[in-house]
Amino acid sequence: MFEWLGITPQGLYGQLLVGLINGSFYATLSLGLAVIFGLLNIVNFTHGAQYMMGAFVAWMGLTYFGINYWWSLILAPLAVGVVGIILELTLLRRLYQMDHLYGLLLTFGLALIIEGGFRQVFGISGERYEIPEALTGATNLGFIFLPNYRAWVVAASLVVCFLAWFVVERTKLGAYLRAGIENPQLLQAFGVNVPVLVTLTYGFGAALAGFAGVLAAPIFQVNPVMGSNLLIVVFAVVVIGGLGSIMGSILTGLGLGLIEGLTKVFYPEGSSVVIFVIMAVVLLIRPAGLFGKEK
Amino acid sequence: MKLGKTAIGFVILVVAGLVAPFLIYPVFLMKALCFALFACAFNLLLGYTGLLSFGHAAFFGSASYVTGYVITQLGFPVELGILTGTAFAFGLGAVFGSLAIRRQGIYFAMITLALAQMVFFLCLQIKATGGEDGLQGIPRGFLLGFIDLSDTLNMYYFVLGIFLFGFFLIYRVVHSPFGQVLKAIRENEPRAVSLGYDADWHKLLAFILSAGLSGLAGATKSVVFQLASLTDVHWGMSGEVVLMALVGGVGTIFGPVVGALIIVTMENYLAGFGSWVTIIMGAVFVVCVLVFRKGIVGELTALIKR
Repeated sequence: MFEWLGITPQGLYGQLLVGLINGSFYATLSLGLAVIFGLLNIVNFTHGAQYMMGAFVAWMGLTYFGINYWWSLILAPLAVGVVGIILELTLLRRLYQMDHLYGLLLTFGLALIIEGGFRQVFGISGERYEIPEALTGATNLGFIFLPNYRAWVVAASLVVCFLAWFVVERTKLGAYLRAGIENPQLLQAFGVNVPVLVTLTYGFGAALAGFAGVLAAPIFQVNPVMGSNLLIVVFAVVVIGGLGSIMGSILTGLGLGLIEGLTKVFYPEGSSVVIFVIMAVVLLIRPAGLFGKEK
Repeated sequence: MKLGKTAIGFVILVVAGLVAPFLIYPVFLMKALCFALFACAFNLLLGYTGLLSFGHAAFFGSASYVTGYVITQLGFPVELGILTGTAFAFGLGAVFGSLAIRRQGIYFAMITLALAQMVFFLCLQIKATGGEDGLQGIPRGFLLGFIDLSDTLNMYYFVLGIFLFGFFLIYRVVHSPFGQVLKAIRENEPRAVSLGYDADWHKLLAFILSAGLSGLAGATKSVVFQLASLTDVHWGMSGEVVLMALVGGVGTIFGPVVGALIIVTMENYLAGFGSWVTIIMGAVFVVCVLVFRKGIVGELTALIKR
């Protein structure tokens, strides 16, 4: 199709696949950010650190205790979620009455502590996490060899994203959550325990980041700074999509991942900045973001 | 009365600046002065306009690269080099500012952070910035053609001059009618707008000024250390300047200077302890946000007033 540009179909599909994988991570992470922001009014700067913790918990589980990948997929998000809940109960809770910026600064400080701590213990060289046996190898789809693990990552994160969407938009619990976003006082007056709801929401958002971290562990190196650089891109994704809707976060995340992949094919030098450029353009045309509504 | 106290503060600052190099290691002082100017410039935006930028490293770092580049590659004299770097930061500030002020609050922070990360990637990839190595061995040269800046004391007083210039400029801006409008926007933007002030225009001007002075700090830093590196444009630097302003006291004139001194001193002593610097900076962030929101100078002022 693009042979005249010196681009092979294999290269194109390969990069699109990488883009789809990155996009699934963007989607999962920005979804967690959106849920947390909706109810807590806090931009969770610790999100990247929580993603990194997910990967590390999986790695430590395998290395020290022989816990396999599938158990990690459940246990690591739980662990990260519990840590998140403790942070919310002890620290974040004190800031709800104040300017949102303080929440941002607090979670930034927490991210520095967590990241610095892991760097102190594990260094920055990174650890390898082997792909679980059941997902090694690749499937020939005719036009491309699809590594099984990568297919699994895309499928798993899509399923989790849509589950989260379903819970928030279609269940009773989700209705409470949305009501809490609209008007927490009124919801409290109806007898719903809003502080518990807030705590659980933060734990859920953190667990989602931890889950993404476990998925990422076999693909990227497990290292202490894996979260912070990703998080900045996710922030740009969030600005582009707007924090207004969950489906918006998912679609924006996936779409931008694919665009990034395409840029790697046609103009590799631009691939690291393309999302930021798109952000600038969106800000010029539609400042509230593609799916956002100005508060 | 208020003016009197500030005047005393100024005199102390100038005298301390003049005497300091005979008591303390001058290179350390120059680093502290550069960061103090950076923090003051940042504080103009956060403290007096209420805008939290998480991307000020972009201005600091890019100015330091531009200055390094024009001095080493194009043979600019040192003062012209610093001016070029500063001018670049002003320009970049105009572009980033006009994008970022379209959103408020946390979005503003995220946008500035993302734009700064873009600058980071550009500095990593472009040939002119030397990639991972950065620009090394930037010559200090001769100020006005005859003052030898490789002499540490000469360099120090040059840096002190630049710092005092930036500091007084910020002071004047904050206490001008323009500065009053900025504070009005910080306190209540819709009201400022309803009184007929163009909030966006004022925010943009404050942003540009803050970016340009951050650039001045970065440009000076690259001449002092003869080095422009990726550290200067990294998001960690943006976080550091937030911390300096926070520790010293957001929205106070002298706070950022105090904050910068403390953080630079801390880094100096902890330099050999690896990641502990990051951990402690994070802890200071948490403590400041939870119990110490006014910062050192802010708390002191509150104490005196009581």
